[in-house]
Amino acid sequence: MTYLAKPKLLAADAPRNALGYTRRDYEGAISTLCAGCGHDSISASIVQACFDLDIEPHKVAKLSGIGCSSKTPDYFLGNSHGFNSVHGRMPSVLTGAALANRNLLYLGVSGDGDSASIGIGQFAHAMRRGVNMTYIVENNGVYGLTKGQFSATADKGSKSKKGVINSDNPIDLAALALQLGATYVARSFSGDKEQLVPLIKGALRHGGPAFIDVISPCVTFNNHAGSTKSYDYVREHNAAVNRLDVILPKAQIEASYPPGSLRRVVQHDGSILHLRKVGVDYDPSDRIGAMNHLQERQALGEIVTGLLYVDSSGQDMHAHLNTVEKPLNQLGDAYLCPGSKALEALNAMLR
Amino acid sequence: MKPTDINNPDYLHKVVDCQWACPAHTPVPEYIRQIAAGDFSTAYMINWRSNVFPGILGRVCDRPCEPACRRGRVDKEPVAICRLKRVAADFKDDIRDRLPQPAEKNGKRIACIGGGPASLTVARDLAVQGYQVTVFDSGSSPGGMMRSQIPKFRLPDSVIDEECGYIEDLGVELRRNHWIGSLREVLAGDWDAVFVGTGAPRGRDADLPGRNQAAGHIHVGIDWLANVAFGHVTSIGKRVIVLGGGNTAMDCCRSARRLGGEDVRVVVRSGFDEMKASPWEKEDALHEGIPIHNFLVQKAFTHDHGRLTGVLFEKVRAEYDDKGRRSLVPTGEPDVHMECDDVLIAIGQENAFPWIERDIGIEFDRWGLPVLNAQTLQSTLSRVFFGGDAALGPKNIITAVAQGHEAAISIDLFCRKLPLTQRPPATMNLVSQKMGIHEWSYDNQVSEDARRKVPVRSIEEALKDIKSEFELGYDFKLACAETARCLNCDVATVFKPKLCIECDACVDICPTECITFTQNGEEDELRGRLKAPSHNPEQALYLAEGLKTARVMVKDENVCLHCGMCAERCPTGAWDMQKFQVNIAQAGAEV
Repeated sequence: MTYLAKPKLLAADAPRNALGYTRRDYEGAISTLCAGCGHDSISASIVQACFDLDIEPHKVAKLSGIGCSSKTPDYFLGNSHGFNSVHGRMPSVLTGAALANRNLLYLGVSGDGDSASIGIGQFAHAMRRGVNMTYIVENNGVYGLTKGQFSATADKGSKSKKGVINSDNPIDLAALALQLGATYVARSFSGDKEQLVPLIKGALRHGGPAFIDVISPCVTFNNHAGSTKSYDYVREHNAAVNRLDVILPKAQIEASYPPGSLRRVVQHDGSILHLRKVGVDYDPSDRIGAMNHLQERQALGEIVTGLLYVDSSGQDMHAHLNTVEKPLNQLGDAYLCPGSKALEALNAMLR
Repeated sequence: MKPTDINNPDYLHKVVDCQWACPAHTPVPEYIRQIAAGDFSTAYMINWRSNVFPGILGRVCDRPCEPACRRGRVDKEPVAICRLKRVAADFKDDIRDRLPQPAEKNGKRIACIGGGPASLTVARDLAVQGYQVTVFDSGSSPGGMMRSQIPKFRLPDSVIDEECGYIEDLGVELRRNHWIGSLREVLAGDWDAVFVGTGAPRGRDADLPGRNQAAGHIHVGIDWLANVAFGHVTSIGKRVIVLGGGNTAMDCCRSARRLGGEDVRVVVRSGFDEMKASPWEKEDALHEGIPIHNFLVQKAFTHDHGRLTGVLFEKVRAEYDDKGRRSLVPTGEPDVHMECDDVLIAIGQENAFPWIERDIGIEFDRWGLPVLNAQTLQSTLSRVFFGGDAALGPKNIITAVAQGHEAAISIDLFCRKLPLTQRPPATMNLVSQKMGIHEWSYDNQVSEDARRKVPVRSIEEALKDIKSEFELGYDFKLACAETARCLNCDVATVFKPKLCIECDACVDICPTECITFTQNGEEDELRGRLKAPSHNPEQALYLAEGLKTARVMVKDENVCLHCGMCAERCPTGAWDMQKFQVNIAQAGAEV
């Protein structure tokens, strides 16, 4: 934990993106989370992803609920729009905001308490409605703010810091998201930025509900032997299905891959996802197969990570509802109030 | 790439850029912290041990530390290290009770020839070890070129008197007004060792048409400066041309401005940026209304029947060959004639040893410099040692001091009949600075303030009196503010891989993105794939292995701010901020 603000001094040759920003320009206030918290790594990954994608900070809305995870939007994208909502209610606030203005990038940040306990209903409905968003759950399996009780994602049989064994079954948010119709579903680990950053980039460029379950160890209450969400445990049991490279439409493709090892997915906006095969032969376009794979591996005690499912042909909520293109606050009076003749015509239709 | 061995004193010493760049390795951050704490006397003594003349160097040092200062790589300007040294000297209490006492004599007698910084350093280092040191100087007061060549408006006599006095108080015998005309005679005396620190006393002349005819108004810079220093010259013509672009030229032109020169100009062969003078000295000259003309090569002195009328210059431009070597090529434009009443020639200095007989066993090279072992400074006659400008050619005061320390070590080893090449090693110490979760025993908040300007006398007032000191020095408030700019590079980031859980907290918090966890590789290739690619191969990479994932921790030392945030963020204490102290051996140290 640090009370001092980060000094602004930077090397003259610090990397800059196409907008001329440094990574520092995508940061927020100094984090007040515990030293070593996985959440801070996720914040840093979001910073890196937005930097890499040349995202204009004012084109992003970051929304969150309550909890350690939901504090983090204060620590990244200090120049973006933000909304810290009621506990578990981030998805509906996000849905409303997205309906009102589709021109912003929506980034929902939540935790396992916020999304799998109090807000699970909200989570489910945002997924099934197909809201165009990136929904990140910072999943540490524990209620850190209230001193370490098991959360709804804690694995059955795992041990708390006090030595209690969890007797409840866990909720697998990635499996739920798959079932509920999310079109981009991934799982990753806060301690593996090489995997996580591209997954966030792919999600930000995805044109539908994108969900990432990020295992994020709680150093204070859930990083001990017997925990299944500790740095050591996740590293030992990580079973990645693929590695992702996100390639922007205009970028030159430089990487070369051995034949047969690559799967290529073109998203709505023309960005290309390169999925490199890791070990198993895994098909991320097969939703049922993905669900089966998750269950099988989980039964073996493995943590499946990578881009589990992607469908770039799906439509989002705006298409479902046939909403107006323009943000509501930009619609002029003439459009919003078409006049008495239009009203008469409408009334006539209903007679 | 191999893991870094931070137990090698050189590694962390190099991270303290200023201290590493200082020829005498003055512990800069340590004394700056003492100034910040208001303990000027301690700050002075830290300096005194390393560089012997803090008050003098705080005014006129060539400051190799400042271009090296880490802050220069992350901010517009380096910390004003040199002027903070002066603060320590200006505000200290009476420090005489902190000086070492004259040691009990060991019976060995050492002669130092010349009373400049190199000789006096040798005298100090050896006197405290019990040697009977005698310094021979031709002047009436010690100090050498510090007294004879540096104008009083930059370095008042009182400062030289004080700091040379501390050395004399150690029981060093000073033979004033004692001109040595023969080394053979000196060697005939019963000296266990002789040190030659006679500087580079001869100013280079410009042998051009008209030089002899107009000699009355053409002066060799360093001789003229000495005459000014001792009051033999008190005026000069209204129009003065100074030839040369080094610091001596800057001293000449500024002195001329104070002795009646109204139209004083500096004319230099090279371009402005390539001039040898320190940037701040050029700035001071320009500030006093002295223009600097570049790319003009002197061709002839013009005169009217022996009365100097001016100087004729050829216009040149710089051309560089494939290897980057510069040559000055005439542009073909018409020559430039500048009128003047006096010319000062400051185009270089040379060594001269007419008093050293060539048949006594001391060999000289073809440039007229003594043949020395560069490390031990021992000449081909085993009991004669050289140091300062007399040894390896003209440099600066702080280099002379550093060589004085080395020569003193050599003389001490020589007198103890130990091998000279086995130098006493530097020792180091690392102490954790952790006081609490957010508390360190150093100020880790990085100041983002700009460098403070040193107050100076108004030009009108300064030009009236050649003895009135131009710079007034920082006052207490300015000094304190400037100390906050020091990044405490001697508080080292020390990493223990065994404790690391690879949570990335340090990587995420580092303000300058200098930490990366990645696969090991060859250094050049590794530099390219760090979080912030490293473009400065002069700065080391700190590499540690032994992590659970078999990756390595790589820290680019280049722009680390030593803010300690990595250590504050580390949940396991794998990072710690530890104060690095290197103790550079001096004469008498154990081998």
